[in-house]
Amino acid sequence: MSDKLDFSELQRLAAELLGVDPDDVQRNKSFAKDLAADSLDLVELINAVEDKYDVELPEERLDGMKNIGDLWAFLEEEHSRKQEV
Amino acid sequence: MAITSAPRVRSDALPLRTFKAQGRPSAIYGVGAYAPESKLSNFDLEKMFDTSDQWITERTGIRTRHIAEAGTRTLDLAREAGSRALAAAGITAQDLDTIIVGTSTPDGPFPSIACRLQDEWDAPGAYAYDLLAACTSFVYGLANADAAIASGRAENVLVIGAEVLSRNLDYTQRGTGTAVIFGDGAGAAVVRPAAGSAGFKAWCLGGDGRGYEQVTCGNVPLGAYAAKDANPIINMKGPEVFKFAVDIFLRQAYEVCQTAGISLDEIDLFVPHQANFRIIDAAARRIGLPMEKVAHNIDEYGNTSSASIPLALEEAIRAGRVKTGDKVLLAGFGAGLTWGATLLEWA
Repeated sequence: MSDKLDFSELQRLAAELLGVDPDDVQRNKSFAKDLAADSLDLVELINAVEDKYDVELPEERLDGMKNIGDLWAFLEEEHSRKQEV
Repeated sequence: MAITSAPRVRSDALPLRTFKAQGRPSAIYGVGAYAPESKLSNFDLEKMFDTSDQWITERTGIRTRHIAEAGTRTLDLAREAGSRALAAAGITAQDLDTIIVGTSTPDGPFPSIACRLQDEWDAPGAYAYDLLAACTSFVYGLANADAAIASGRAENVLVIGAEVLSRNLDYTQRGTGTAVIFGDGAGAAVVRPAAGSAGFKAWCLGGDGRGYEQVTCGNVPLGAYAAKDANPIINMKGPEVFKFAVDIFLRQAYEVCQTAGISLDEIDLFVPHQANFRIIDAAARRIGLPMEKVAHNIDEYGNTSSASIPLALEEAIRAGRVKTGDKVLLAGFGAGLTWGATLLEWA
């Protein structure tokens, strides 16, 4: 794993899955309101993120995932945890 | 391009058990399907409660479902599909030595639909029983048929999946959303000893009862009978089921192909349980199969539970999409939770 996470990579992944423009995928964008993602879209996005970044999003954190920033924060946490290891 | 390496498995993932087919091989030699004529469209549903064609289509891919008239028995659907499968296989009910009916919607607690069929067909003698594994019932039934033939206990097995799910739906605003998803129908297959290299090659079969609350019908946790719930309605936790389904489709596909000794690229036709087009689409994408290799007719029938795989398979056969030697993957999942998949070479 590289030592820095690339936000544009997440933008492209989310844009492709949710059928939106990558520029619209910003930290403050809500999945439901801004990106029109329903619960099934969110499951697909999480699956794809888990595959790509080799991480596991715990069930209890899923409820707290309201916007792209929440997802990004989780990825950064996981990233720094892995760096420490 | 189908995936070539093992899929990522979560640390809390369900353990899968796969089996290579053993003993005398068996194969499918005739498939039949039947659905009631009457259709209920999304536009019909718009008039019954607050929903829209666009909302339903975007979330499920369903446009219509076939609905049995009041008083129709699951037995009636099972008989039609079963008769058609027998005709397709060129045998009669009197030739059968095993009848397995998968259903979640029996007409009563007992006698079984399998035994009622023996009466309808005046064909006594066969080992006959119903099996309940919700939407996985048809695959479980095929697995039992294969085992019966492998062990020499049967020569001609009829496996049926039949459902009148509309009896357990509430077509009002209270209906928990399941009224838009489910429909009625039946499908059947005759399983016989296989000739040449044809037949079932591998199985993945399992269950996880810890997830029993994800799809239910009637009182939870008592159960409709114990609670004397006279009007049990199907309830489903959509996102949880979606997550389970997409994961289990991918892992089952990979495991049965591994066990059968083929790569996912070699699959000619994937016939998934028709639960929701979004699930089928997501599963096919994760496996890496183009939609040309996927049988789907959920737009017309909705989710018909145990009938969905044979309904889609029969349509694919009729359309000339299945030929001798083809590698066919059948895979299902359902309430229980249950799951099952098989890889077979078409006879």
